[in-house]
Parts: sequence; C-alpha cells; structure tokens
Amino acid sequence: MRIVLNRRRLLGTGALGASGLMLSGCDRLNSNPAFRSALQEAGSWHEGAHRLIGGQALAREYAPADMSPVFRVNGTADPATADYNAHVGSGFARWGLQVGGLVKQPLALPLSALQAMQQRVQITRHDCVEGWSAIGQWQGPQLGQVLSLAGLLPTAKFIVFHCADTLEGHPYYESIDLADAFHPQTILAWEMNGKPLSVGHGAPVRLRVERQLGYKHAKYVMRIEARATLAGLYGGKGGFWEDNRDYQWYAGI
Amino acid sequence: MAHQNDTPAASQPSGGDLVKRHRLSTRIWHWLNALAIFIMLMSGLMIFNAHPRLYWGEFGANPDAAWLEIGSMEGIAFPGWLTIPSFYSLADARIWHLAFAWILLVGAPLYLIWSLANRHLQRDLWFARGELRPSRIWHDITQHARLRLPTGAAALNYNVLQKTAYLGVLLVLLPLVILTGLAMSPGFDAAVPVSSWFGGRQSARSLHFIAAAGFALFIAVHLAMVVLAGPFNEVRSMITGRYRLPKERV
Repeated sequence: MRIVLNRRRLLGTGALGASGLMLSGCDRLNSNPAFRSALQEAGSWHEGAHRLIGGQALAREYAPADMSPVFRVNGTADPATADYNAHVGSGFARWGLQVGGLVKQPLALPLSALQAMQQRVQITRHDCVEGWSAIGQWQGPQLGQVLSLAGLLPTAKFIVFHCADTLEGHPYYESIDLADAFHPQTILAWEMNGKPLSVGHGAPVRLRVERQLGYKHAKYVMRIEARATLAGLYGGKGGFWEDNRDYQWYAGI
Repeated sequence: MAHQNDTPAASQPSGGDLVKRHRLSTRIWHWLNALAIFIMLMSGLMIFNAHPRLYWGEFGANPDAAWLEIGSMEGIAFPGWLTIPSFYSLADARIWHLAFAWILLVGAPLYLIWSLANRHLQRDLWFARGELRPSRIWHDITQHARLRLPTGAAALNYNVLQKTAYLGVLLVLLPLVILTGLAMSPGFDAAVPVSSWFGGRQSARSLHFIAAAGFALFIAVHLAMVVLAGPFNEVRSMITGRYRLPKERV
C-alpha cells in the first residue's frame, strides 16, 4: 500500500489530530489535581483584586421600574420536610432563627424580632452562575445587626448559613467571610417585592449578599453559625455547590 | 512586522531573502494569546451551555424574551468536541475560563502599551496616509480575492485588510471581550460599574458572546490566509521571527 501525503493532506490530518489531542489533553488536565489546583489558585486572585479595587463598595441599586416582571424561582422550590411544612402551615409563627457558634450570646430570633429591627430595602440584580439575571426588591435587617446582637468572638472568621432544604441528599448550606457579613447590603431578607418571602424564594428568610452570585444567597435559613474555619463542616469547602460541584467559594465573578 | 529600520534603504530585500519580521514581544504575545483565546472560546462555549439564551438590558432569565437561543434549555447548545471540558460541567469550565482570563486581562494592556512605546502600532499596523481611499481599499480587496498576495519587499507591509483585521482584534475585540467579561462579575461590577457602560449586565453578556464570535471569525480567516500564504514560512516567522520573502511574480 502506498500512502500519498501531500502538504494539504498532511496539514488536514495534522489539524484533526491536533484538535483531538488537544481535547483529550484538556480533559486529562481537567482531572489532574495539580493542574486543577493551579487553575483554582489563579481564579482565587479575583477575590483579592475585587477587594483591593472596590473595598466595601455597594452593588448597584435600581429603581422600581427596572424590576424583572417575573423573578425566576431557582434551586430548591420547596424544602417540603415535615418540620418546614408545619412552619409554613402556621405562618412561621413558632419559627425562630438560631444564631450560634463563636458568639457571646446565642440567639433564637422569631420572625417578628427580625421584622422589628431596623430594615434595609434594596432593589438589586440577582446574577446566577449560569448566566441569567433578575432584578427584585428585598427587605430585611442587615446581617451585621444580628451578628452584633449576638456578639462575635474574636476567633470567628466565617458566617455559615444552615438551610431547611436538601439537594441531592445533602443539606444546603453556604458561608461568607466577615467582610461580606458586615457589608451594608448583606441582609436577611424576609420580604421580596413588597410581600413576605414566598416558599419558592426561600421563606421565611434568605440571605442577600449582593456582590456574589446566586448560589451564595442561601434560602430557607434556619441557623446561623459563626466559625473559625470551614474545615470539618460537611465537605469542608464552605457550601453545597462548593462541596458537590467544585464551584468557587468566592462567587464574586 | 516589518522592521524597515533594520534594513538600510540602499539594500532593499527582494523575493527569496530571509528577513527579520516579528519582534520577540509580538511572537510571545501571539502564542500566549493563541493558547488563551482557544481555551477561553472553548470553556466559554461550555459556560454558555449552562444558559444558552442571550438578552438585552439589565436582566434576563427564562421568563424574559431572548434575542438568541441555541438549542433547547434541556439539550446542549455546543457539542463536547467544541468545549472544555468535553463533558457538561459549568464548574470546571469556569475554573479554566477565570484562570486563563488573567492572560488576556494582563497581557492585552501590556502589549498595547509596549506596541505604542516601540511604535509597532503606529508604524506597522496603523493606516498609512492615503491607504483608506476607497480606490485603494477596493484594489486590496480585489487583489486578496484573487489571492494575488504581495511579493518581495512589499510583503513586509500589511495591506488595508490585514491592518483592519489586526487593529480590529487589538483595539476593538480584545478590549470589548475583557470589559464585558469584567461587567458580568458582580464583585467587580460593584467596584467599577462596567455593566452600565454596555447597557446592563445581560447586554454585556450578549456583547461578550458577539466578541467571542468575532474572535472565531478572525481565527478562521487568519488560519486560512496562513495556509494560502505558505504555512511553513508563516509559522516559522511567528516562531523564529524570520520570514522568507515571496518571490516576485514573473
């Protein structure tokens, strides 16, 4: 057999082979732990860059006319556990937000207590990691107020939000650092678009942490825990998506 | 690029000569960019797969009207042979995309400043006097369409079409893709309101995709021209910097 390789055919074969090699090479690199952690390291520089440039800058706030006509429900639409259903049935009258961990004074705050605190109202843009955005109005006390009420111990570095819902059999949780916890726009929202939070959007209370992507905005917050480290909690990466999908813990990008 | 200053005017090089063409900075930047752009395009298509709809304005999600939708929401818009990774993973694509973004973010401004300082941009890429006359542009288009590529010393200079393509990438596509990328970051956007420069975050996302399509088009034409102009000579010039001038037509 004689194989004629002219220049054009050689180039064509080479290009096909190169793209095939590149693809399988990329997948192999993708699962190589050292390469992966190098990429993640470079990705983690975004947080430092944002803090350096922006400090505690506020996310843009919008006018009522800018709001999405329909705000899409995403993630869990209803935790539907027996406990949660009972709270929904009683209008969260017997529900209380637990605040504990590295605090001087653990708290159990009924919804009425959160509603009686000084409120912040903000119309902000919710950006999902998938790429879509929706604009809605949120109201609730600043998280910083609640944390100050409990009094953080000096060893506390992270604030963890434990939620009522489970995804793929894992309890949903999320975490932020103190810079975001005490950011003026970080609120525990119990009202959305002028109405009490619906079950789909996270009743009775969801976190709003406006400079990060949607998966950080924990819905159905039942318990807030101040911690020194995220290690030792579930997968150790600080959130459901971080543990189970390898999403970045800092979701400001 | 043409280093006219390297060659005394008296000894004008002619067809068949091996001449110095591309500076080291251009060569390094070219290959770094080639790598980064391919990875950004392929991981970007995977990110697009997570929500294959584009909108104009600040917001846009499933209940809102999209100006472009590729595939169905359940299906995959771009197949595995075009994406990084080749299997569906938004998280993994983001790990690649957000790491390699640094090469463009840091490299593009550095190269622009360097090219202004060493006058590469003004001397080799910017349009010469009279070059933008319609008759001249038309001449270049017809010569290109008939694949009558320049020979001899004339091959050292870029024509209007090449200059338009390279300037378009350097001064339009690269800044646009970087700024619209930054606009989509809620953290950066709070610090510097980039998304409002583009009419909202979803507009920025749409423009990011359009700029990426512009890169894909540039790459397709660029590679075709490399093959037509003599791939060995062209690739060598971008690796070693030395280029053999095409022989004059007889």
